[in-house]
Amino acid sequence: MIPELGYFALILALGMALIQAIFPLLGIWRDKMSWIVLAKPVALGQFLFLVLSFFCLIYAFVTDDFSVAYVAQNSNTQLPLLYKVAAVWGAHEGSVLLWVTILGFWTALVAVFSKKIPLQMHARVLAVLGFISSGFLLFLITTSSPFRRLLLNTPAQGIDLNPLLQDPGLASHPPMLYMGYVGFSVAFAFAIAALLTNKVDAAWARWMRPWTIAAWCFLTLGITLGSWWAYRVLGWGGWWFWDPVENASFLPWLAGTALIHSLLVTEKRGSFKSWTLLLAICVFSLSLVGTFLVRSGVLVSVHAFANDPARGKFLLLFLAVVIGCGLLLYALRAPFIKGGSYFSLLSRETFLLANNVLLIVAMTTILLGTLYPLIIDALGLGNISVGPPYFNAVFVPLMIPLLFLMGVGPLCYWREMNLKVLLMRLLYPAIIAVFLSLLLLLMTTDKIPVMVFIGLALACWVILVTVKSMLLKGWPLSFNHIGMALAHIGIAVCVIGITMTSYYKLERDVRMQPGDITTVGAYDFKFMGLTNLQGPNYTGLIADFQVTHKDQFVTLLHAQKRLYTAQQIPDTRAAIDAGIFRDLYVALGDPLNNNAWAVRIYYKPFVRWIWWGGLLMVLGGICALKNSISKRYIN
Amino acid sequence: MNHIHKQRAILIALIISCVAIAAGLALYALQQNINLFYSPSQIAAGQAPPAHEFRLGGLVQMHSVHHDNNSLRVTFGVTDNKNSVLVQYNGVLPDLFREGQSVVADGRLDSHNVFIADQVLAKHDERYMPAAVKTFLKQAKS
Amino acid sequence: MDVINDRREAGPSALTSGKPVDNGKLFCSLLRTCNMYTNKSRLQFLAPLVIFIVLAVFLWRGLSLDPRQLPSPLINKPVPTFKLITLEDAQQNFSNKNLLGHVSLVNVWATWCITCQVEHPILMDIAHASPIPIYAIDYKDDRATALKWLQSHGNPYKMVGFDGDGKVSINWGVYGTPETFVVDKKGIIRYKLIGVLTPEVWQHEILPLIDKL
Repeated sequence: MIPELGYFALILALGMALIQAIFPLLGIWRDKMSWIVLAKPVALGQFLFLVLSFFCLIYAFVTDDFSVAYVAQNSNTQLPLLYKVAAVWGAHEGSVLLWVTILGFWTALVAVFSKKIPLQMHARVLAVLGFISSGFLLFLITTSSPFRRLLLNTPAQGIDLNPLLQDPGLASHPPMLYMGYVGFSVAFAFAIAALLTNKVDAAWARWMRPWTIAAWCFLTLGITLGSWWAYRVLGWGGWWFWDPVENASFLPWLAGTALIHSLLVTEKRGSFKSWTLLLAICVFSLSLVGTFLVRSGVLVSVHAFANDPARGKFLLLFLAVVIGCGLLLYALRAPFIKGGSYFSLLSRETFLLANNVLLIVAMTTILLGTLYPLIIDALGLGNISVGPPYFNAVFVPLMIPLLFLMGVGPLCYWREMNLKVLLMRLLYPAIIAVFLSLLLLLMTTDKIPVMVFIGLALACWVILVTVKSMLLKGWPLSFNHIGMALAHIGIAVCVIGITMTSYYKLERDVRMQPGDITTVGAYDFKFMGLTNLQGPNYTGLIADFQVTHKDQFVTLLHAQKRLYTAQQIPDTRAAIDAGIFRDLYVALGDPLNNNAWAVRIYYKPFVRWIWWGGLLMVLGGICALKNSISKRYIN
Repeated sequence: MNHIHKQRAILIALIISCVAIAAGLALYALQQNINLFYSPSQIAAGQAPPAHEFRLGGLVQMHSVHHDNNSLRVTFGVTDNKNSVLVQYNGVLPDLFREGQSVVADGRLDSHNVFIADQVLAKHDERYMPAAVKTFLKQAKS
Repeated sequence: MDVINDRREAGPSALTSGKPVDNGKLFCSLLRTCNMYTNKSRLQFLAPLVIFIVLAVFLWRGLSLDPRQLPSPLINKPVPTFKLITLEDAQQNFSNKNLLGHVSLVNVWATWCITCQVEHPILMDIAHASPIPIYAIDYKDDRATALKWLQSHGNPYKMVGFDGDGKVSINWGVYGTPETFVVDKKGIIRYKLIGVLTPEVWQHEILPLIDKL
């Protein structure tokens, strides 16, 4: 009964989404006030039904209702409660439901926070959101309903959730990612509404900015959590794989970062208008393309979801309609957007423009690398894969000038800057950054790899300049400025983490018997022995490793090898000793003969800094958000 | 006025050169770093490049996995149900690596046509289901 | 008025006119610089749409491709042409002709294969209980050993082809023993089992299939 209720709620939500998409626009056209004001209550109603539907699915999971096909395929009576709830978005159907529910959430927020936005603009924004929502609801109801019942017999037991997904990192990272992906739909809707009215001005940018920043924060958090999850569960100690699914989340992040900066110029100086519009359309388009790539199975990926061409076709058609209409509207209307104000070659505008160019170029090269196998295959030229070396070779050189400019921009004035003053401001940070990084390197090692030096120096540079910009601005700082500073410092922290782990990590695969000692770096790992492990829905072994550093006891690591009983899938849980400056990582491989095991031992310096950097960026985003919300929506 | 003209020209030139450099870099990197996929049959037909890195895909041949007694070296056959290639790998195999399952290996062929793998990846699908579970479900249904 | 303004700015004259220049559009003017003399100022705004359409076409093509392609097994294809001497008599042949006209099982086995020994009693049962003939390909084996083994353990097979070098088995797509094929009347492979033929598989998968053939 409950699953049917959920399904029915979805159909009602679709009806409301259609009303929300059509009536406000008709109302504006026919000048009927009652139709225009319909948008808000309908948007709230749609969200209500989506939440109802979502809870119905959670209920089906929690009560182990295996007559529902989706539950039978992704859950099991022995699955812990937390993962039963997380299993709701563990596979295709549920993730689409989550996607739509989150869209409903954002729509409801837009509907509620609308005091200062002109009614017509507001109605248009909601109509665009309603249109997107109806497309996805139609997709959900026709091709991938999570409430489909198994018609014959109800299995006594479910297949269980993929063990890789049974981790706290997974429970939280898809909802965050989707909050980001879908949140950009609001920016998209604002852009379309602006193009429809031909009204692009500072006020428009001011309304749009908090939504964009909020979505960006969630996306950043989602990517950070995803990377952390991959490190712990998926990746044998890697934190980024340039996998198509990871790229699908990184592409909108890069474009979204560009959008935030370009929006700043539009808001403060009235420039870059058509470019901002295009970016807003692009960011959401990339989110949709990302969803399509993940959902349709056109690309091989470690995350690959079930391949179903019918779903792929539906998604692609919908995508073509949304993005195509958006870009067509842009092509028709953008030429009539009035110009902005003058700026000199040496001004903050120029540096923000450069930031945008670099981010978009980086985004394009990653998009190219992600889709290249597909293009080659479609042209019948063979079956290829583009590996991490390509992405590293292209991405890193683009980030170097970006980091450098990130230091210069905040010390520049809007409109025009005196070169001499600028250079004077930059001189000390530059000198200190170079010497500080050299000093740090000389203190720890005797030789200095060029890339490490560049990475460290740039990170120091960004931090120093950011601090200087705060000093120049003087107390009290605006939340906006603090937000910028935190986000930029976050990037620098992240860069330090990436540089240090990439160059100083030590990885050893060894064969070990109980009692054996392996030395990795300055640490000795002693294999103490094995004990049995009994979890709620798995059995397994725990291997104990005693770690010593110069004969001083450091820690005892318990690496697990689990066998999930329902699916008989083995799963490795690495033991990690986390630290500020280094992680020690032990993972158990296969059993070999003579009681020996294949063991993977890693020493990962500064790896945690990557995620701390991500969190700092999120914090920065929240500060900027607080500022822009209180300015635009509350007062 | 000439001033604005000049500044704008400089800016555009800078942007174009930046984009051009990036495009060149991307194309060069693509040429260097794409891994072609080959099946065991293509290798048997001599289509795979000797001494050049590529990607091998196929199924792990039944009863072919052999661990060395004193090191982590492991050898196994990869097959596409027509031909097979012997693969040698020195390291820890992924969890889902097992006989009869699909596998992807990065590496190169040595002079004896043995594929020396640098990396072995086992693919897992959302719907990955071992035979035991399949029959179990069928029994539950019937 | 807007239109006129825009046109003027778009053209080269905007650069020299004293008016504030729309630097917002400056980035998009990468394309414009190419078209400066043709004065097609709107083309640049169409570019994103064009790029997207090209991308969409490739994505559409991509949908019909399977990136995980592995050469498919020989199911629903005719049995590859083959000719083997039988295990018992080097003068006799086991070939495609033997498989025509009736539904049959073809089992690939070897005496060195331990799993095949597990499978052997099941095959014996099937041979007794069912009219379906079981043929065999003895894969990379020693002839004398194989003969002796069948004599002492019982022979479920109607005919055993001896494939000493394994070349025929490769054509059949065999990559390990045991493997079992179901071949229909027209000599088309309808089913392939890798691993042990268990009573469950026989009951639930192969028998229903044979009934249909």
